Amino acid sequence: MRKLHSFKQHSVLPGFNLALGFTLVYLSLIVLIPLSAAFIRTSALTWPEFWAVVTTPRVVASYRLTFGASFAAALLNAIFGLLVAWVLVRYHFPGKRLVDALVDLPFALPTAVAGIALTALYAGNGWIGQFFEPLGIKIAFTPVGVFVALTFIGLPFVVRTVQPVLEDIESELEEAAATLGATRLQTFSRVIFPTLFPALMTGFALAFARAIGEYGSVIFIAGNMPMISEITPLLIITKLEQYDYTGATALAVVMLVISFVMLLIINLLQWWSRRSAAI
Amino acid sequence: MTAIAIPVPSRIRRTVGTDEPAWVRRTLIGLALAFLTLFLFVPLISVFYEALKKGVDVYLAAITEPDAVAAIQLTLTVAAIAVPLNLIFGIAAAWAIAKFEFRGKNLLITLIDLPFSVSPVVSGLIYVLIFGLQGWLGPWLAENDIKIIFAVPGIVLATIFVTVPFIARELIPLMQAQGTEEEEAAVVLGANGWQTFFRVTLPNVKWGLLYGTILCNARAMGEFGAVSVVSGHIRGSTNTLPLHVEILYNEYNFAAAFAVASLLALLALVTLALKTFVESRNKQYQENADEH
Repeated sequence: MRKLHSFKQHSVLPGFNLALGFTLVYLSLIVLIPLSAAFIRTSALTWPEFWAVVTTPRVVASYRLTFGASFAAALLNAIFGLLVAWVLVRYHFPGKRLVDALVDLPFALPTAVAGIALTALYAGNGWIGQFFEPLGIKIAFTPVGVFVALTFIGLPFVVRTVQPVLEDIESELEEAAATLGATRLQTFSRVIFPTLFPALMTGFALAFARAIGEYGSVIFIAGNMPMISEITPLLIITKLEQYDYTGATALAVVMLVISFVMLLIINLLQWWSRRSAAI
Repeated sequence: MTAIAIPVPSRIRRTVGTDEPAWVRRTLIGLALAFLTLFLFVPLISVFYEALKKGVDVYLAAITEPDAVAAIQLTLTVAAIAVPLNLIFGIAAAWAIAKFEFRGKNLLITLIDLPFSVSPVVSGLIYVLIFGLQGWLGPWLAENDIKIIFAVPGIVLATIFVTVPFIARELIPLMQAQGTEEEEAAVVLGANGWQTFFRVTLPNVKWGLLYGTILCNARAMGEFGAVSVVSGHIRGSTNTLPLHVEILYNEYNFAAAFAVASLLALLALVTLALKTFVESRNKQYQENADEH
């Protein structure tokens, strides 16, 4: 008991040992031990072997597509997410509540459904693709299709991180700026935008992190041509189907390390957001 | 200055320096709606349009054929196992984290969030590394004739993994905000732990709990990547609804694929409706609590 008290403050409430014990056992069995399996399995490789597996031209091409398309999609979502959040918080228009609720659709809609719907729309004969076809622009079955799918997947993140911050901005600040002679654009760029910036960056990072790992919506629309439109998660599955467990696991470790780095960056950004909101 | 509230007509208020001109407002609303239409509304509508394009008969046939029914049953079964387990986990984790002070708490919260940042494909792969034929337990499982990978248990495990954080992360901030005073009072008055939880804590967090459960369920029924790795895609036995959509689509049976997909889209819409309802109830509840 003495040992327990040294890491836990005294409380009259019961159930700490049971609750924490169950939490740790469950988390270890479901999350931590399985995740460590990937690292342990890969540690059988020497460093040069590992490096060779994760830097073949086909793999490097998949990184370029995965990161490039994820970055572009997160950037588009940052711009339009800010706009959507602004419109939802500041303006009134018919159907606003419905629009607000539907922004979360990409969180609730299974990725496979999003994948086939976007493919049908952006294919050469689809509702949207038909307008681009005569211009010589193909969207579905090209890297642009990957970008479209990742934009859909990441759409709610920026809106939902910027929205609450925008709601909390004191109108006094904007009034003061206006009284001091600032134009509306100056007030936005010098007063409002700097306040929103940490939340905007957090939303961008969340959308980017989600896009990197995305699989379900992308594989339908990408066309999945090696070196051109093949994302890294698909490459893991391809290797697995060829019984190349070592190769699949090595790539999984690369993806995991990137996820952990992104998680760290997101935590730092959230800490920054909270701190700047407190000031 | 005497504090007399002067009603300001809205037309005059509009000229204040903190509002944009009408044309700017309209342009911004238009741009935002155009973006959402292109990337959100049209895809949603197209699912139902494509599903019903060949008529109601084709639609009904697609969702009542034996393989589709088996997929529906499997999806419901998996959710019925994964969601309650994560519910118990979420409550236990939130009780320990929100009601007690101990070292390493922030690390524990980060670990609970971990599955959100892992690619679904990797989430499936790690179970193959443990339970697959070449995995740690593979030979022993094969000897004892237990199938986990390419069978239902693997699908359940992968689903649990991807949905672990949902309920816990909803409950933790809520229970932290409620503090521990009410529970302490209950315990001092002689209530045991379970009574304290069911009579004091649970009524305070019920809407948050429901909200987390709804989101957890939606993800459990819709998960594709992780389940795809461990399922083996055996029609009528290890095919969940999202995997069934993929198989039909890859067979160029588009009408059937969209028919099955429309069931999942309906699930998503019901989830969003419930979520909006719960959020408004939660807001009301908190406003009432603030008044008292």
